[in-house]
Amino acid sequence: MKYLGDIGSYFLMLKRTFSGFTKGDVLRELIFKEIDDLVMNSLGIVSFIGFFVGGVISLQTALNLTDPIIPKELVAFATRQSIILEFAPTFISIIMAGKVGSFITSSIGSMRVTEQIDALEVMGINSLNYLVFPKIIALLTYPFLIAIAMFLGIFGGLIAAVYGGFVSLDEFIRGLQEDFIPFHLVYAFVKTYVFAFILATVPAWHGYYMRGGALEVGKASTKSFVWTSVLIIFANYIITQLLLS
Amino acid sequence: MIAVDNLKMQFGSEEILKGISTVFEQGKTNLIIGQSGSGKSVLLKCLIGLLKPVGGIISYHNKPTDQMNLQQQRILREEIGMLFQGGALFDSMTIEENIMFPLRMFSNQSKSKMISRVNEVLNRVNLDGVNTKYPAEISGGMQKRVSIARAIVNNPKYLFCDEPNSGLDPKTATVIDNLIQKITHENDITAIVVTHDMNSVMEIGERINFLKNGILVWKGTQEDIFKTNNQDVTDFVYSSNLFKKIRDVNKISS
Repeated sequence: MKYLGDIGSYFLMLKRTFSGFTKGDVLRELIFKEIDDLVMNSLGIVSFIGFFVGGVISLQTALNLTDPIIPKELVAFATRQSIILEFAPTFISIIMAGKVGSFITSSIGSMRVTEQIDALEVMGINSLNYLVFPKIIALLTYPFLIAIAMFLGIFGGLIAAVYGGFVSLDEFIRGLQEDFIPFHLVYAFVKTYVFAFILATVPAWHGYYMRGGALEVGKASTKSFVWTSVLIIFANYIITQLLLS
Repeated sequence: MIAVDNLKMQFGSEEILKGISTVFEQGKTNLIIGQSGSGKSVLLKCLIGLLKPVGGIISYHNKPTDQMNLQQQRILREEIGMLFQGGALFDSMTIEENIMFPLRMFSNQSKSKMISRVNEVLNRVNLDGVNTKYPAEISGGMQKRVSIARAIVNNPKYLFCDEPNSGLDPKTATVIDNLIQKITHENDITAIVVTHDMNSVMEIGERINFLKNGILVWKGTQEDIFKTNNQDVTDFVYSSNLFKKIRDVNKISS
């Protein structure tokens, strides 16, 4: 029953987020600030993880291909498919649920605890539009991060496989081009947008409706990470079923 | 003027406000006093629209809030200034940005005009030169004054203060109290101050409403509060040793 109430309040929050708009120039400024906080500030960690996990996928595939009948191009093929289909959109989004999600929950939660949200409401500002809407718009640029993770993941795979002496550069490039289905990119970016929406709104809901003090802000951040991850994984399953099967 | 008629509020089955009726006069500092848990802050939150009462009428200048359309409600909110217990300053903004915030949201003034208004209100609260500091870089008393500056920057008609001097030393508390009263008189606004501090009652209590367990048990002026025979009020007033001693000294001298 509590979960049903929570789902209802989440959708009511979304309704209020898309109404009572904040003044245009203020909103524009907030959106740029959120792009900086949520997307640009994640560039480093996403690049680092993308590059090294790509390398590990490539290494693992190469080390497990002991049968000489299997062409070595498969290392690049497996790396590309793993990174584009799952690693970059889903795995990175779960990491972002920890980084960006807890940031959103704790920042909004702290504002709740220190009555800053009440101050906005008393001034006649729709606090949900002011706080959540810019985050949703800012995370429309989230696929840019995922594209970088895809590129660096494959590049990391190439470096690990070629410089590790498992395949030649030619074999790796051939494997990358083999059986490429452009729709897989569409699928990856469709789900990236869905994950971006979950990343912006679920942690915001946890922060906005939290009660208590500093300790509860921490608890809300943890809960927000768990639920954002659960919803990303669940949405991943549904989208995969709908688009690929 | 703000009038409240038979205001009721409850959380779940617990009744917090049990039919409050009173009038908060224009150009006066109207105090809501009472012990912790008496419903003072809930009453204030109902008045400013942060909580929706379960019954009763709140009228601003004879216009009931529940009969106002969205546009009227929006205009009313722009006429309200609020000083929160903790200041509620936006910690990611500088002092100047905090005070300028209501101006940016509700006016189309140029930036230079807004900055000039910010400096004017900062001067009003005796805080010149703190424009570029962040709330965390100034003292609690200064934060309260910045909060007052933000509350009055849009020339409100109504000023609400929730425990304005909680956590402040007596001297700073007096400064804040006097500032609230001065602003109230100079701008002819309706000020409503929630407090349980008897020093505030002595400093600025022009109209006093005493709440106990969600019921308005007494109302009167600063002079009346020391003459009343209402047991709840006298228990509250003389719970402080200082006031007890003053009463005893007065009895002996008379």
